[in-house]
Amino acid sequence: MAVASTIIYDYLRGKKKFPHVWCPGCGIGITMGALLRAFADLEIDKNDVVMVSGIGCTGRMPVYCDFHTLHTTHGRAIAFATGAKIAKPNMKVIAVCGDGDGLAIGGNHFIHAARRNIDMTVVLVNNKIYGMTGGQYSPTTPHTKLGSTAPHGNVEHPFDVYELTKGAGATYFARGTVYHATLLQSLMKKALSKKGFSVVEVMSNCHTLYGRLNREGSAVKMIEWMKENAVNIKAASRKTPEELEGKVLIGEMLDIERPEYCEQYEALIDQLGGRPKDKPEAEESPEPEEIKK
Amino acid sequence: MKEFIEGSMAVARGVAVCRPHVVSAYPITPQTHIVEHLSEMVADGDLDSQFINVESEFGAASVVLGAAAAGGRSYSATTSQGLLLMGEVLFNIAGLRLPISITVANRAVSAPINIWNDHSDAMVFRDAGWIMLFAEDNQEVHDMQIQAYKIGENPEIMLPVLVNMDGFILTHAYETVETISQKEADDFLPPFKPEYYLDVNKPITMGVLGDPNYYLETRYSLQEAIDESRDVVKQVAREFKEKFGRWYGDLIDTYRTEDADTVFVAMGSLVGTIKDTVDELRDKGEKVGLLKIRCYRPWPGEEVVESLKNIDNVIVLEKAVSLGASGMMADEIKASLFDTPHRPKISNFFIGLGGRDIPKESLIKVYNQVKEKPQYNQFVDLKPELLEYPS
Ligand code: SF4
Repeated sequence: MAVASTIIYDYLRGKKKFPHVWCPGCGIGITMGALLRAFADLEIDKNDVVMVSGIGCTGRMPVYCDFHTLHTTHGRAIAFATGAKIAKPNMKVIAVCGDGDGLAIGGNHFIHAARRNIDMTVVLVNNKIYGMTGGQYSPTTPHTKLGSTAPHGNVEHPFDVYELTKGAGATYFARGTVYHATLLQSLMKKALSKKGFSVVEVMSNCHTLYGRLNREGSAVKMIEWMKENAVNIKAASRKTPEELEGKVLIGEMLDIERPEYCEQYEALIDQLGGRPKDKPEAEESPEPEEIKK
Repeated sequence: MKEFIEGSMAVARGVAVCRPHVVSAYPITPQTHIVEHLSEMVADGDLDSQFINVESEFGAASVVLGAAAAGGRSYSATTSQGLLLMGEVLFNIAGLRLPISITVANRAVSAPINIWNDHSDAMVFRDAGWIMLFAEDNQEVHDMQIQAYKIGENPEIMLPVLVNMDGFILTHAYETVETISQKEADDFLPPFKPEYYLDVNKPITMGVLGDPNYYLETRYSLQEAIDESRDVVKQVAREFKEKFGRWYGDLIDTYRTEDADTVFVAMGSLVGTIKDTVDELRDKGEKVGLLKIRCYRPWPGEEVVESLKNIDNVIVLEKAVSLGASGMMADEIKASLFDTPHRPKISNFFIGLGGRDIPKESLIKVYNQVKEKPQYNQFVDLKPELLEYPS
């Protein structure tokens, strides 16, 4: 209890920004909880963290989290985060995106940041639909499932986010669900500790739109479905393709080493003789405390 | 048929009877309902169009560009950030002379994030080569869809049209709308038959490099075409009246200006509020009227001058600011009047930005201020307490 209230006190803008806008039962809250607990476990000072988002239900997260937060335009979280990371390579940079925000309108930024292997963590909340604008089909809406712009079923096919991330060049990928909240927390810890572009895909429930349109029931029912249909990647190798049909694989799926962008950049500067000696070091921007005064 | 429908549905119905070949869009508030309604019509087999929900507004604008280049009538709808994201493609659409129609559910632009109505989004594109129409109510925006294609597809014009309607105020409001039937629409709007389009049997190249020897002339002919579209906008409004009996003005409209000494000038749904305010002030003996700008691009300079020839005081109300300059419309009105013998006093105000409510009382307050002395670049209903830094 004591730990939970410390996290709430330390990491949330409890007094100013609550109640939040999410529907009761929405998995984004569980995701945010797991993320904040991961930060607390790692004892990362919140003043060392930049949290960036675009627009959408998931995009609201930085409103509530007491990090340095940047709430930007739709789809651009990762691009803005790239700028923040390059300017302040010592900061822990995370981008939180939904599936529409991160993979449709922002898909280009996603793959290029992965290719660069820039050190940041992307928390990609996948609820298979555009929630905030009313349930249009997204790049992760499964084929034939309903959306408000696909009243008789989606003709398109969804991304496999793992394959996409891996193919684009990221060094860490894990998938969790909002049912497996403790696993999610440990996956996030791992991702946050990884030097390089790391992605945690969170299978979440949008019962308000996706669930209602596709008759998947209440938040509880949708989360129960995750409990029953998620298969840990470690157990998956012992199962037949038939047994895995329609299941969601969870766990750590990619963890490799590749040179990280900011480090490579610094190395190139060193190789070329370092930064100009005669110029003074770029002035440090004032610490947040100083701004307050 | 008279129907009690949402503004977005009024648009969707108006678009559907134009038989667009391709509809492409990306979800964004407060536009989304428009394309949702269209996607339903397509999915239910009521509308024979290709509907594609793409990955961004940049994609949507590009899809409709491609569709129009291939000879299809095409449609999209967006707002605010979405319109800004379309920006690069919008200039290309005009440059390629593709008569696409896009409905803008006008909304403020970021930062800060704001989903409510003003005109900051559309006004960015006043120099893009698009015809820009602003609707006053849901009947007008329903009727404007078919007019837009008829204007843009005129072989002498071949220009795209932005149909503007106020986000939420119109898009989400239910009103009784007399909807156009398919038969009526087919009688009014002929099938789209462009002279040039991508055709394997008659290959052409579109979007080529226009080097310094050619580029200038493309701008010249764009300017010429949009200038000439003034007459087409007027002609289409007249034809529409003949066929459907409904009239909203052509480039402009006036309300109770005959003996007026003062007029308000505005665009969009604010026009309705002003009409009520004018009635109220008239009841008190004030000689006040309204000039509605219905077509902002091409700019109706001559018509504006003509309608202001007996006016002493002009009150321009704008839902957008040209930051670092002034009111865009106020400046254009002044420019139009510069070479004329009669120059009324032009007061200008910024109003309703980011969805700030515009009650009649605010308009009356503005009117009384102007009666005392002309006002320039005033923000109506500013809250001074919000301008102070929190201690
Ligand atoms: S609309 Fe869906 S994603 Fe958005 S808060 Fe509600 S349940 Fe969550």
